[in-house]
Amino acid sequence: MSLIGLSGTLLFIAFIAYLVATLFFGGAIKGTKQDASKSNKKWGKIAITITIIGFIANLGYFITRWIYAGHAPVSNMFEFTTAFGMFVVGAFILIYFIYRLPSLGLFALPIAILIIAYASMFPREVTPLIPALKSYWLYIHVITAAIGESILAISAVAGIIYLLKNIDTSKRTKSSIWLEVVMYAAVLVIGFVIVTSTFRIMGYEADFTYVDKNGAQQEITYNTPALFGMHQYELKSSGKMEPLAEMPAIVNAKKLTTVVWSVLVGTILYGLIRLILRKSISRFIQPLANRANLQLLDEIGYRSVLIGFPVFTLGALIFAMIWAQEAWSRFWGWDPKEVWALITWLFYAAFLHLRLSKGWQGEKSAWLAVIGFVIIMFNLVAVNLIIAGLHSYAG
Amino acid sequence: MEKKQKRLYTRIVILAVLVAAIAYTVYNTAHKDDVQLLKIGDNAPDFSLVDLNGETHKLSDYKGQGVLLNFWGTWCKPCKKEMPAINNQYKQFKNQGVQILGINIAQSNLEVSSYADKLGVEFPIAIDKTKSVMRAYNVDPLPTTVLIDKDGKIVKIITGEMTETDIEKYLKSIKP
Amino acid sequence: MKSITCECGHVNPEGTHLCEKCGRPLTDEDKKQKIVDMKYEGRAIRSKTYNKSIIDKIWNFFSSVKVGVSIIVITLIAAAIGTFLPQVIYVNVTEGEDIKQAYVDNYGTFGKIYYNLGLTDIYSSWWFQTLIGMLAISIIVASLDRGIPLYKSLKNQRVRRHESFMKRQRIFGEREMTSAEADKTLDLTEKKMKELKYNVRREDGVLLAEKGRFARSGPYVNHLGLIIFLFGVMLRLMPGFYVDEDLWIREGETASIPGMEGYYLHSNKFTFETYKKDEQKEEFNQSKAAVNSVAKNYQTDVVLYKAKDNAVAGDTTDLKQVLHHAIKVNEPLKYDGFALYQMDFRLNELKAMNFNLVNKKTGKSLGEVNINLADPKKVYNLDKQTKVELKGYYPTFSGFEDGEPQSESPVPNNPAFIFKMYTPETPKGETSFVAIKQTLEPLGETKYKMQFANIETRNVSGLTIRKDKTLPILALGGIIFMIGVVMGSYWSHRRLWLQKTVDGRLMMAAHTNKNWFSMKKDLDTVTEFAHLPNWVDQQDDDDLKKKQEKEKEGDNTL
Repeated sequence: MSLIGLSGTLLFIAFIAYLVATLFFGGAIKGTKQDASKSNKKWGKIAITITIIGFIANLGYFITRWIYAGHAPVSNMFEFTTAFGMFVVGAFILIYFIYRLPSLGLFALPIAILIIAYASMFPREVTPLIPALKSYWLYIHVITAAIGESILAISAVAGIIYLLKNIDTSKRTKSSIWLEVVMYAAVLVIGFVIVTSTFRIMGYEADFTYVDKNGAQQEITYNTPALFGMHQYELKSSGKMEPLAEMPAIVNAKKLTTVVWSVLVGTILYGLIRLILRKSISRFIQPLANRANLQLLDEIGYRSVLIGFPVFTLGALIFAMIWAQEAWSRFWGWDPKEVWALITWLFYAAFLHLRLSKGWQGEKSAWLAVIGFVIIMFNLVAVNLIIAGLHSYAG
Repeated sequence: MEKKQKRLYTRIVILAVLVAAIAYTVYNTAHKDDVQLLKIGDNAPDFSLVDLNGETHKLSDYKGQGVLLNFWGTWCKPCKKEMPAINNQYKQFKNQGVQILGINIAQSNLEVSSYADKLGVEFPIAIDKTKSVMRAYNVDPLPTTVLIDKDGKIVKIITGEMTETDIEKYLKSIKP
Repeated sequence: MKSITCECGHVNPEGTHLCEKCGRPLTDEDKKQKIVDMKYEGRAIRSKTYNKSIIDKIWNFFSSVKVGVSIIVITLIAAAIGTFLPQVIYVNVTEGEDIKQAYVDNYGTFGKIYYNLGLTDIYSSWWFQTLIGMLAISIIVASLDRGIPLYKSLKNQRVRRHESFMKRQRIFGEREMTSAEADKTLDLTEKKMKELKYNVRREDGVLLAEKGRFARSGPYVNHLGLIIFLFGVMLRLMPGFYVDEDLWIREGETASIPGMEGYYLHSNKFTFETYKKDEQKEEFNQSKAAVNSVAKNYQTDVVLYKAKDNAVAGDTTDLKQVLHHAIKVNEPLKYDGFALYQMDFRLNELKAMNFNLVNKKTGKSLGEVNINLADPKKVYNLDKQTKVELKGYYPTFSGFEDGEPQSESPVPNNPAFIFKMYTPETPKGETSFVAIKQTLEPLGETKYKMQFANIETRNVSGLTIRKDKTLPILALGGIIFMIGVVMGSYWSHRRLWLQKTVDGRLMMAAHTNKNWFSMKKDLDTVTEFAHLPNWVDQQDDDDLKKKQEKEKEGDNTL
């Protein structure tokens, strides 16, 4: 098998291992407190073992791809997002060995699975490096930042479990609605994965020409049926769907189409889930969180921010500045990606201050952790794909 | 009571320093674009250039005389317009202790000499091939004229075209 | 100044929650609490002590964590707004084009509003800078106000605390014990805690085991780092600390380096490479992305020269070669505190033009003339009787004015020439004006012509010259920040108090500033070993009770 083939297989193995481990973590929290603790421990042990096997396979993917490509596999959207998913699992394993809380795995692994699934929707070829990306500082910066972000993500996982346990999901309150919104957002990501992979399997391709904002003729290929057409579009492939509406030149109608498709499918999926469950998702999964100790969750949330914040600062700000100084001649240039790293950093700084001095613990702190994760994901998804900057990997 | 006084003063000092630092930063950011390396009253940076006739002109050798530096290029229209006027005034002032030096910005000898021949320029013209004099004087738009007094201090920096009366006035002002 | 005298006789400043000496809660509110608030060890935060003069009020404003967090949040939001549209530095406008118009063209009405609100250059705006400045003030003032009392109280910490202090700790336990038993427990505890790397202090019947106190100074150290960093950023605005210049240099050219007095740069070659098919991975070649060639390298091979000592501007005699370097992206040339970066390029600028001197009738060439556009010669001799005189050269020919050719720039974008051709056949010479795709014979028809043969081109490198003397200060700030944040995050301050009471009990209390579960692990170890009283986490207890009450309420509604 070729190195890149091996790499792909290892990633697949990791993916499956995470799925299986999730089920075992589910087993580890079942039963009532008294009678089940022994069998729970066994399930937990199996679950973490499978997780670690998956993580090793994932590392194997990373290393083989690195050898094959000749550069660290963090240089495009697929590679970076996959690495992020891998580090989330790594961070989970780290925190698990401090606190040994199985329900953490039950939520952290699905999030990592979603992230990796999301990543594989992007082109997976090994792209040649443009000159600006040829720098050891860049790899150090990106990898450290991703590790920092993934540790911070664990605090959001703890936060979600905390909220699930603490919020009364049977009543319609502001917090129960917002919690359901978080669930809905996760379903939208599944919607995106379904849409993209369905049309990919079908091999859907529709070529268009359009006029960009500088008035130049351009070509674009849609991989989903076009809902929106680019500025002055013209369909070149025969037998493909004509767009429903044309967009002005400043809007990338292809990305808009993908977003709308994901929202549509995600919403339908959400509706179906609700129909089948006959209750909100958060209410449905609430029992999974019930066994956890609130104080312990609060501490895990806080501890992961404490562990992740210095790593994030080092990777996303300090190493980033060193690289920027080498590559762009200035350590800071208010590039959107830089600004969003700063925003993330300021947010967690505010989090720590509120917690230390204002006593924002428990539910408030859990919400902040979730918001922090939203900011991180915004930086990863929206800033890369929508707000173009020097870092834009292009999607 | 004394302790309290001391604390008040400490606080005043700390706050004042910080506020001053912010004010300084804000002011500087707002004005960073018009920072000039050279100001009136500064010592004119010394330089040495070879003119079209092969003679070396070193600014410090002209101490005791007034010096007019005219930075120009052949493509620059206002430069071309003021050149004859400068030349006229050069004839008037050359024996009164005032030096005029035309400094072309990094063009070829052929262009500069044929241009000078065509306009009948008599004052020395040197080509700043490496643009180092231009950079030392922070010259941006052309033409730029720098007036230097007998002590080597910058008296005036003129950007843009000058009329002959202006030139006469300027040259008088730097006459030793 | 008002003060509070504790029962133990110690005089505390107003605003103190726990007596500085014995730890008794002082205010009624504190006395009512089941668990004391251990922030800043119950010390009076300085700002809370006076609030009289205007200076005190300003001081107190900045000292407040609430205000600090508000400033952080406002900065965060402002920074986010700045990313909605590209900032002006990232907008390419051709010369003469209005930047505002560029926003309107690209982003419509939203772009116009965005521009008019000044959001397109938000990070240089006075209010954004002021915001950062206020953040700095807040960091300094709040750190002084909290750090100093905290430092004092931790330094002067007593081993013996009042019972009311002990009882109000989150972890508390007590057991009846004989004095001998208690002493033995204290001994065992001391031994075990020392094994666990705690510092143990003992006084008559009391024990304090403490670990990781330095973690408490973490926040103050990282704040110091931040302040140093911000100071460095401010310093770069001072003249001389920061150089940022651009230099366009052509292949074969030697230029003085702006901002870097006494240094000259010679460009040997600029190279722009793209990946070849066989350098790319197979599956990439098959993908759509491979349609566009991917840039591989931008490189300028340069030689750095230094003028002789005491050389003045313009004096390029005796330039000394300092070094050769290939400037690439990510590999700047660094020398003497300066760094030269590869930032931009222009390919294929005209360098030379070749013409043949041709007899119009026969088409026979008398020879080739090579004109170096950067330094054209006056006369090109082909043989004894044949020569071409260059009467005029116009690098960017832009038309005629008063019958004279004009050039609008010194760069050979559209070169034009006036040639005078001397041949044995035309010894008096013939004049011809030659521009691209245009030939004029102003002084009558000529027998010979300058026939264009070919061109030579060269590339231009866009370099940026930087010098940043503040980098060491910024690095120092960064390092101190990291040390501080690691100190404060990866270590925790843990304390265990034991006290033998007169009435035959042994009390224990413990506190940590974070990571209670790890603290409890330590406590479990020592409890088992030294037979300490069984302790409870009074906060857990709280939660439990609250929950039970809740459930009871639930029962009632059933």
